[in-house]
Amino acid sequence: MQQTKQRGAMSWVGNVAVIFGKDLRAELRTKEALHASLSFALVILLLFSFAFDPSAEQTHDIAGGLLWIVYAFAGTLILNRSFVRELPNDCLDGLIAAPIPAWTLFLGKSLANFVLVLAVELISLPIFGIFYNVRWAQQGWALLLVLALTTWGLTVVGTMFSALTVNLRIRELMLPILIYPIMIPALLGAMEVTGPLIAGKPLEGDLLTWVRLLVGFDIIFTSLSVALVSTKQKG
Amino acid sequence: MREKIIYILAAAAAVLLVRNLYVILLGLPDEAQQGPIYRIMFFHIPSAITCFIGFFAAGISSAIYLATKNPRYDAIDVASTEVSLAFATVVLATGSIWARIIWGIWWTWDARLTSMLVCWLLYASYLMLRRAIDEPTQRAKFSAVLSIFAFSDVIIVWKSIEWWRTQHPGPVLSIRTGGGRMDPAMEAAIYWNLLALILFGLVLVLVRLRQEETRREIDGMRQMAHAI
Repeated sequence: MQQTKQRGAMSWVGNVAVIFGKDLRAELRTKEALHASLSFALVILLLFSFAFDPSAEQTHDIAGGLLWIVYAFAGTLILNRSFVRELPNDCLDGLIAAPIPAWTLFLGKSLANFVLVLAVELISLPIFGIFYNVRWAQQGWALLLVLALTTWGLTVVGTMFSALTVNLRIRELMLPILIYPIMIPALLGAMEVTGPLIAGKPLEGDLLTWVRLLVGFDIIFTSLSVALVSTKQKG
Repeated sequence: MREKIIYILAAAAAVLLVRNLYVILLGLPDEAQQGPIYRIMFFHIPSAITCFIGFFAAGISSAIYLATKNPRYDAIDVASTEVSLAFATVVLATGSIWARIIWGIWWTWDARLTSMLVCWLLYASYLMLRRAIDEPTQRAKFSAVLSIFAFSDVIIVWKSIEWWRTQHPGPVLSIRTGGGRMDPAMEAAIYWNLLALILFGLVLVLVRLRQEETRREIDGMRQMAHAI
C-alpha cells in the first residue's frame, strides 16, 4: 500500500489498466462469456420477430425498448462471468490480497466489462437492423453516445452486484433480481432516446433531458460504488 | 425497561389510531369532488411517509454498519426494512383501491407508481439476498450495500411528482406546496395519523429488533455447543 502511494498519483491508472488488460485477455482467450452473450442476444432477437410483426411500422417505435431488453439480458451473462471467472484456483483471493486499492480493482473490472458488453451491443445492432429492416445508422454518433453512457451505468451497477453475489449458491438467479430494478432509470432513459434516434430524429429538446438523466445515473452510481468498495476494503 | 417502552408506545399508537379513526370516519365531511373514498388518503399518505422514514433509517444504519461493523446496526437495518416494506405494501394497495374508484383502473404506469413498485421490488430483493447468504458478517455487509443502493430509488419516488407530470396527484401537504391545497382540518388529520403510524411502525421495529438480537444469541449458543 505504502509503495503504491509513493509511485505517485498516476499509479492508480496503471492498476486499473493492469486489471482491465488482464480481464480482457482472459476473456478473449476463452471467449466463453462473449459467445454465450452474443448467441443469447441473437436468440432473443429471433424470438422478438415472432412476438411482433418485424415489418410493421409500430415495430420501429418500440425498437428502443426491444434493443435494451436484449442488451440488458445479454449483458447480465457477461457481468455474471466477470467474478465467477476468478473462482477457480482461488484467483479472487489473490486479487483481493493484491497490494492495490479495492476501487482500482473494481474500476478495472468495470472497464473490461464495459468494453465486452459494448462489443456485444455493437455487433448485434447491425444484425437487428437487418432482421427488422431498420436503418439505424442515421444518427450514428448520437446513438453511440447513448450506448456508451447506458452501458457504463449498467456495467458499474452490474460489476458491483456481481462482486456481491459471486459467493452465493444461487448467484445466477440473484444477479438479475438485484440489478434490473436498480438499472430501471438508466434503461428507461436509454429506451426513450434510442427509439427516436433510430428513427432518425436529431438529439435535441426532450431527448437531451433523458441523456442528462443517463449522465446523472452514471455519475451517482459510479461514485456510490467506488465509495462503498473503499469502505468494504477497510473491514 | 425496553419492554415497558414498547408497551407504552404501543398503547399510545392504539389510542391515537382509535381517536384518528373517529375523526376521519365521523368527524370530517365527505370531500366535494371525490366523495367518501378520499378518506383512504389518511392512510395512504402517512404510510408512504412512514415507509420512507423507515427506508431512510435502514440506509443510515447500513452506512453506520459499513463504517463500524457493529452487528447492532445490521439488526436495525433488517428490522426497519421489513417493517417499511409492509408499509410500502399498504401504500400500493390503498393507492390501487383509490385509483380503481377515481380513475376506473387499478394501475397506471406513471412515474410515481412505477418508481414505487420498483422501490418495493428492490427491498423485496433485499430480503431475498439476506436469505441467500448464510454467513452473518457477509450477509450484513452485502445487504448494507444493497440497502444504500436501494435508497437512491426512494429519493426518485419522493421527487417523481415534481420531476414528471404524473397521473398521481401532485403534492398536497403544505410543507411542500406552501399551503392552500387542502383544508386545514383534513391536513391536521393526516399529521395525526402520520404520528400514529410512525409510533406503530416504531413498535414493530423494536419488537423485530429484539427478535433479531435473540436470534443472534441463539446462533452464538449453538455455535458454542457445536464447538464443545
